[in-house]
Amino acid sequence: MSDPQAARKLAAPPVNPETERFWKAAEAGTLLYGFCLACGEPHYFPRSFCPFCFSDRVEWRAAGGAAKVYSFSVMHKSPSGPYAIAYVELAEGPRVLTNLVDCAFDTIAIGARTKLVWKPSEGGPPVPFFTLD
Amino acid sequence: MSIKGKAYVMGAFEHPTRHAPDKSTPQLHAECLRGALADAGLTKDDVDGYFCAGDAPGFGAISMADYLGLDKLRHVDSTETGGSSYILHVGHAAQAIAAGKCSVALITLAGKPRTSPPGGGPRGSSGFAAAPEAAFEMPYGGTTHNQYAMCAMRHCHEFGTTSEQLAWIKVAASHHAQYNPNAFLRNVVTVEEVLASPMIATPLHRLDCCVVTDGGGALIVTSPEIAKSLKRPRVKVIGAGEAPKGVHGGKIDLTFSGAAWSGPKAFAEAGVAPSDIKYASIYDSFTITVLMQLEDLGFCRKGEGGKFVADGNLISGVGKLPFNTDGGGLCNNHPTNRGGITKVIEAVRQLRGEAHPKVQVKNCDLAIAQGTGGSLGTRHGSATVILERE
Repeated sequence: MSDPQAARKLAAPPVNPETERFWKAAEAGTLLYGFCLACGEPHYFPRSFCPFCFSDRVEWRAAGGAAKVYSFSVMHKSPSGPYAIAYVELAEGPRVLTNLVDCAFDTIAIGARTKLVWKPSEGGPPVPFFTLD
Repeated sequence: MSIKGKAYVMGAFEHPTRHAPDKSTPQLHAECLRGALADAGLTKDDVDGYFCAGDAPGFGAISMADYLGLDKLRHVDSTETGGSSYILHVGHAAQAIAAGKCSVALITLAGKPRTSPPGGGPRGSSGFAAAPEAAFEMPYGGTTHNQYAMCAMRHCHEFGTTSEQLAWIKVAASHHAQYNPNAFLRNVVTVEEVLASPMIATPLHRLDCCVVTDGGGALIVTSPEIAKSLKRPRVKVIGAGEAPKGVHGGKIDLTFSGAAWSGPKAFAEAGVAPSDIKYASIYDSFTITVLMQLEDLGFCRKGEGGKFVADGNLISGVGKLPFNTDGGGLCNNHPTNRGGITKVIEAVRQLRGEAHPKVQVKNCDLAIAQGTGGSLGTRHGSATVILERE
């Protein structure tokens, strides 16, 4: 039960004109988050404006890939086998919905250090996941 | 403008079915309408306002109004906030009545998830694929089970809440369901049985989850003049609140729900406090849903929900706050995976004194119906209504 992703095929994420840049960066192995130059707040997922102050002076910055588990759940009601859904908190601040992959579920804990990994989707860009660090 | 005292819930009907493979979803809406009209003592042509949500098939309110033959409508509202929609609709109906836009408002819900699981949610999978969050959430296998489970996991981490405490919520619901002949699950369960049931999404067990049932319900909300002309006990709407809550750009806090915002608005409008409430209908998609909303509404302090629900405190006649005396979504009914309307219906039964004698709260003159629709783990709509027996 240590490789839940192996059994789950990933559909290509739907890409739109606003998020195309995010998925181009994903192809290059870079996770982007939004940073507002007006109010200084980071956000995720990145968008064309700041969801806090509504400024459009937003930079999409590269996350370092380090994060800590904010919460998680190991899903057992799954035809393709158990998997771990989680929110991880990026070192840069925002909490990101993801799966914790390539790790033993019984070693996952809130506060545990994680790092970014990419998994291929079917006919689309790679998708960001996290694993225990 | 306040809605306090401007409208009354005069009709309430819960469809007795829990499995309806031989009926259509529109047909169930129609049967619920028939039941609510009979309860109120009104006819179809008295209805001049119609409220429905994402479970209404086709072109929503317009398809349903045409199918049902609602020819006198002058107000429609199909606000969709998931399972809480029908609690929110009571508030919206009161607003519309107070503004003179209608005088007899109908709210319906129906669906058949036990017969055929829904595909892609109320607006269809294409609608969700176009949602701004789709690409950033769909790859991760989020379901109501594991998203609510993440709330429970964080709540346990921050406040020391235990699986035993969560189990008490199901135990209390099961004590009530034993007296409801229509309840999907009527057996009384123990804390140990909840903990021994299969793990669905850590830390939630199968018996922490609500039932999946076909069925539906309907409500009739009227003006004071019409209410006084009817023979049924009058249940007055005295406060309502609503609030969406989301992921908030990555600042999501999984330990509270939108009830923390909709609740105080409803209490302020009603001019009452949580300690005044005699009966509480609390949306129970999962046990954790109840615990968080009780805290958020102010029945106990944040983080103390575990202690509050333990030892039977939610059991009618035993504890301080009788809740979901029909057995709730955990045991009785969760028609079309949406529990809002049954929350209002049981509150109306309690205020009328028409709940089962074994669970009827004595002198029940003030009740709350609280719901959250969508997902506490991502984004949801919270709705609160406070009702008073006149």
